[in-house]
Amino acid sequence: MRDRLIFASQLGFTLLVAAFLVVPVVLSITAGVTVNYFRGIQSGVTLQWVVQVWNLYAGEIGLSFLIAFATLAVTLVVGVPAAYGLHVKGGRLSRVIEEIITLPLAIPGLAIALALLLTYGGFGGFRQSWLFILAGHVVFTMPFMVRSVMAVFASVDIKTLDEGAASLGASPWTRFCNVIVPNAMPGILAGSLMVVTLSLGEFNLTWMLHTPLTKTLPVGLADSYASMRLEVASAYTLIFFIMIVPLLVAMQMFAEKGETK
Amino acid sequence: MSAVAGHGASVHIQNCGKTFPDGTQALAPASLDIVSGETLVLLGPSGCGKTTMLRIIAGLETPDAGGRVLFDTTDMTAVPIEQRHVGMVFQSYALFPNMTVAENIGYGLKIRGVDKSVRAARVAEMVALTNIGGLENRRIDQLSGGQRQRVALARAVAVRPRVLLLDEPLTALDASLRDRLRSELNSLLRSLGITAIYVTHDQAEAMELGDRIVVMRKGAIAQIGTPREIYFAPQNRFVAEFVGAANIVEGPVAGGRLTLPGGWLALDNAADNAAAVAMIRPETIGIVAEADAFLRGTVESVAFIGDRQRLVVTGAANQPLTVDAPNTINVRAGERVGLSVTPQAVRVLPKED
Repeated sequence: MRDRLIFASQLGFTLLVAAFLVVPVVLSITAGVTVNYFRGIQSGVTLQWVVQVWNLYAGEIGLSFLIAFATLAVTLVVGVPAAYGLHVKGGRLSRVIEEIITLPLAIPGLAIALALLLTYGGFGGFRQSWLFILAGHVVFTMPFMVRSVMAVFASVDIKTLDEGAASLGASPWTRFCNVIVPNAMPGILAGSLMVVTLSLGEFNLTWMLHTPLTKTLPVGLADSYASMRLEVASAYTLIFFIMIVPLLVAMQMFAEKGETK
Repeated sequence: MSAVAGHGASVHIQNCGKTFPDGTQALAPASLDIVSGETLVLLGPSGCGKTTMLRIIAGLETPDAGGRVLFDTTDMTAVPIEQRHVGMVFQSYALFPNMTVAENIGYGLKIRGVDKSVRAARVAEMVALTNIGGLENRRIDQLSGGQRQRVALARAVAVRPRVLLLDEPLTALDASLRDRLRSELNSLLRSLGITAIYVTHDQAEAMELGDRIVVMRKGAIAQIGTPREIYFAPQNRFVAEFVGAANIVEGPVAGGRLTLPGGWLALDNAADNAAAVAMIRPETIGIVAEADAFLRGTVESVAFIGDRQRLVVTGAANQPLTVDAPNTINVRAGERVGLSVTPQAVRVLPKED
């Protein structure tokens, strides 16, 4: 009897917390398909706001994904070898470099953006292209890739595996492809998941770096909240949600498959 | 040439030392020649420099300036490990978790561009040689420690290396398995006739496997010799005590006799010495009637081990003597006994600082 009471109260509490988090999401989504939010759902259900957002912001959505996957590509190409180098080399210098790479986690995005603007703001072509935002996202997401890959390296004794492959005649590049990358896969997948998610949702830094022609999803969202009807902004959230959730689920499944393989 | 035999290269280490960036000297400059087809064991306690020596031969460490490593007559000092054509078995095995057993064994051949059918045949041969039939398609994490050790060995030998390097390959296994694999490994190395360099801290392993043993201590070579030489004629106290059990006795030598608190021992052509140090192996000391011996003592304890009994005898020398006696004789603690030792069994050691 007492156990059931405890269980019931725990369940109740959990549901309450979940509701606290889920209800705003549901409200926001329903607002996006309501004709007039202030009159409530009885005013009717419509897709006009969603269509309007799509017409206005399709470019931002496309750019967001372009930047997210470009960021992923750069963090993979630079971050995985960097993690390997830092792990194998070891020593104080490696730790210092690791700390420097991790620094953007502690520094506000605004400050990073400001530094980028001060330094590269004068290069007009670069400043006005989406590559400028890409640079910011790479700086911001790199530690997540490097750290999660290094964590795997530390757990599988990658240095000895590397020496084993070397003793069998494999050149450094062959070793990297045949032994290092396959065995670092769980870390690479986890890191990729983080990088894509963070890049898609990044606001602080992007808001500072964007131009009217280089806006991403979250910047567009802020834009619509500030300047348009609440229903439009909510429809925006709905689109954001629909785009991101399947992507996250797909990557999560991919990551699990990689780990159990 | 038979499928797996091949004598491999001779290895010459000339003046190879290793000082790490933080200034610690892991290995004092040392020279060593390893004959083609020989199994050489580097033996010593941890931190003695044996693994550093192996890694220099492998090409995983570069020796300090002035050191050279030669395979036959070719200078390999600047050649990276992947071009040295060695086979290496690591203490942790370093098997690739992302490949099956067969893929692990065939990896070195694949790297060398060996044709797929030839590769499969060689892998099958290695599987048979190391007795791991049926495990070919297993993943590494599905193998026991002993099976992993065999796979690691098969993988290293599959490429027909010029030199086989083994870094404490049995240390990670439990004792009974270690004994069995040790004798298997021994017959495998003999049948391959390959040049092998084997690092261990276990003197029983060194005795069984080594054609010659290099005993190392604190980054330097303490003695090089056959197992018998190392055991019966240690050149210093460290080797005597590290390899096997040893009684170290001290006393003056005059006229071919070593005088001890409980009597004296006859020596083989020993120079007079006011303070000599000598070694006697426990199994070379015979227990005789007190009246028949020139050296006497009191039995302090008797431990029956099965195949023999281990006695501790006090009063004979400056330290209690350990004696391995046959399991048939009847002695009790507290009894007075005589000790007989042939002159050949008493080894006078050089005086050390």
